[in-house]
Amino acid sequence: DFLHICKQCFILWLREKQFSLFFCEVQPNETLTNLKAESDTLKTKLEDERAKLHDVELHQVAEKVDGLGQFIMKTRRTLKGHGNKVLCMDWCKDKRRIVSSSQDGKVIVWDAFTTNKEHAVTMPCTWVMACAYAPSGCAVACGGLDNKCSVYPLSLDKNENLAAKKKSVAMHTNYLSACSFTNSDMQILTSSGDGTCALWDVESGQLLQSFHGHTADVLCLDLAPSETGNTFVSGGCDKKANVWDMRSGQCIQSFETHESDINSVRYYPSGDAFASGSDDATCRLYDLRADREVAIYSKESIIFGASSVDFSLSGRLLFGGYNDYTINVWDVLKGTRVSILFGHENRVSTLRLSPDGTAFCTGSWDHTLRIWA
Amino acid sequence: MERVIVAMQDPDMGVKMRNQRLLITVIPHAMTGNDVIEWLIQKYNITEEEARHLGGLLVQYGYIYPLRDPRSLLLRSDDSPYRFQTPYFWTSSRWPASELDYAIYLAKKNIRKQGELVDYEKENYSILHKRINHTWDFVVMQAREQLRASKQRRKADRIVLECQEQAYWLINKPCPGAFDVLDLGPERCNVLSSRVALIEHSRRALGRNRVKSSICLESFMKYSEQYLHHDPIMSGCLPSNPWISDDTAHWTINTDMVGTPTRLRVERWSFSFMELLNDSMGRREFMIYLEKEFSAENLCFWVACEDLRHGESSKIILKVEEVYKNFLAPGAARWVNIDSKTMERTLEGIKRPHRFIMDDAQMHIYFLMKKDSYPRYLKSELYKNMLAKAIVPQETKKSVFPFMRRQRHSSPSPAMVTQATEDDGKAKGAGPTGTSSTTNSQI
Repeated sequence: DFLHICKQCFILWLREKQFSLFFCEVQPNETLTNLKAESDTLKTKLEDERAKLHDVELHQVAEKVDGLGQFIMKTRRTLKGHGNKVLCMDWCKDKRRIVSSSQDGKVIVWDAFTTNKEHAVTMPCTWVMACAYAPSGCAVACGGLDNKCSVYPLSLDKNENLAAKKKSVAMHTNYLSACSFTNSDMQILTSSGDGTCALWDVESGQLLQSFHGHTADVLCLDLAPSETGNTFVSGGCDKKANVWDMRSGQCIQSFETHESDINSVRYYPSGDAFASGSDDATCRLYDLRADREVAIYSKESIIFGASSVDFSLSGRLLFGGYNDYTINVWDVLKGTRVSILFGHENRVSTLRLSPDGTAFCTGSWDHTLRIWA
Repeated sequence: MERVIVAMQDPDMGVKMRNQRLLITVIPHAMTGNDVIEWLIQKYNITEEEARHLGGLLVQYGYIYPLRDPRSLLLRSDDSPYRFQTPYFWTSSRWPASELDYAIYLAKKNIRKQGELVDYEKENYSILHKRINHTWDFVVMQAREQLRASKQRRKADRIVLECQEQAYWLINKPCPGAFDVLDLGPERCNVLSSRVALIEHSRRALGRNRVKSSICLESFMKYSEQYLHHDPIMSGCLPSNPWISDDTAHWTINTDMVGTPTRLRVERWSFSFMELLNDSMGRREFMIYLEKEFSAENLCFWVACEDLRHGESSKIILKVEEVYKNFLAPGAARWVNIDSKTMERTLEGIKRPHRFIMDDAQMHIYFLMKKDSYPRYLKSELYKNMLAKAIVPQETKKSVFPFMRRQRHSSPSPAMVTQATEDDGKAKGAGPTGTSSTTNSQI
């Protein structure tokens, strides 16, 4: 038992050695069984504490709210140009431009309104699973199986090779699953298959903070729209959604109710809650002040995982892109499904609302992106 | 998927099964495409469109296979016969589709009927023949044995077994270019867990303060209601949604520096202090108000702190010095009134400057503005006038000729516009890093 424990701590130490010093606090006479018993007891206690203050369900409170009528949303634009699966997309703050990345290494910047392609970069790796638009609109970040996140400044000189100006910012020890600029072009937050998230300084490539706590691949992240702008949430293959303090690197809250990998997390517009989409075919809502899951969005006929979620501007609707090629629209308050949208011919891999809430964009393994409104 | 399939095969509540006629042979325990769709509609209370989609996926993933026209993995909503795939061949069992098995299967087909292999199968066959040539005798022998054994079955059983096997291979070795259900994306591996960290975390979590659900959930109602008319997908937007009408007027009238803002926009400033600050026009208006009140230094300080927090690492020391000089030093031009404890802590921290050194002071000033100046701004003449002269755009009438599409105009790229201002700006000493959300001034 002693050896077993030390092997665990030792391996954790090796991982953390890259970023910070780890002190092994386990006493030699603590056995593995004792640790397991203790952690299980604490977990049960925590669940009890959370349950004590849960005096009402969301759909009960929502009874007094009007139901939603028929929802008619259609594909308003189809963006064709990727030669392979579209894996990720992000909006520009100008409300009409987007950046998208695909399996064949191509990253394309489009004016989604006119459907014109404006820039294209070919990454040296395949499976570019993450891309993000800089707040200034002057650069994009992307990465994937190269384990890195690189920033490309967008030049309008047609003769200029964008790839030449590439700047390598983040370095992980496994694939990059998601990236996002913080409030400026100067910092990027990343999540990776190596189980960690990290905050980087773009200019110097320096690691500013790393976030350890997930026990498996981290697949997604989202920054909180809070007044103090200091937290973000991440979701991973360990079925956990963790909320982090960007300053200290601490995990301040953790939620584990999903039954499978969490593919996507997104904050409710007020920042008081967040939604998650998972391979267990459900989406869930977690309230940060109540510190618990408060709603599950599921239906027996939905048997494929949700790959990506986002709220409408008022937070009343939750859009979920699923692996069965559809988009399900949920009434966040009442917990019912309002609409199902068909159109894509393969998995929906990414979904985001436009910055002014007038439309949302989906990317799919069928090589296209669609704008819905 | 398996949950659905098992439910479908329930003897009482499952899909109606009967003997289906395939050419001259009768196949037992089969169902029609229509039966499948009807059952799904009933059981899950969904529309026909959704049922056809879901049923179609069950066929694509190999849980149900067609008896007629087996290479076409579609669910037809007519009386085409289908059968459930045997669990042995389920996709989820991940039974490794070994080369040997595939070779035997192709050999059987070849022997049974010359020319039954289609192009890509012939190609695969010859590739395998080269690759596992050393066991080819075994392959052929196995194929012959299996064919002999199957000849001794009843014709109906034989057809069923052949169909099951064929369906399995159509999924596991699909025609190149066809949809590949086994394509799952890059592998996700698991990392070791740490009980020690888990215990630490649980202990901390037990100590946190929680709010009653009834209070938290009520806030969602309020928020959704408040923002209902601002949500274009819920309530539409004026004059029209650009994505639907191809008219960019909605964006033009909501640009950062438009002359007269819309009413909805000005209203939104009253929802929360953050809304006011996040809108560059709102922030500008608030600054004008603060100047009248002689407390503009608060907002300037907050902006400078934001710039410090989100700016380049290399400029931190310089910025901290600037902030100290302008806002914190005794006798500073724009001295901010922070409580003595925070001031002491901040001044101490400045000796070792880092990105977050101004956080405490910044938060103090932020909440000061939020509690004091912001509510008074909302009651001020300045704000009320803004609200009064704000425009409410006319809704664009739907086009008389709905099929005539408007021309979709391009807009200048933010990259270009900022580059231009950057070039000018460099001479004046302005920079691209920003106060407020962005330096967007396009469209």
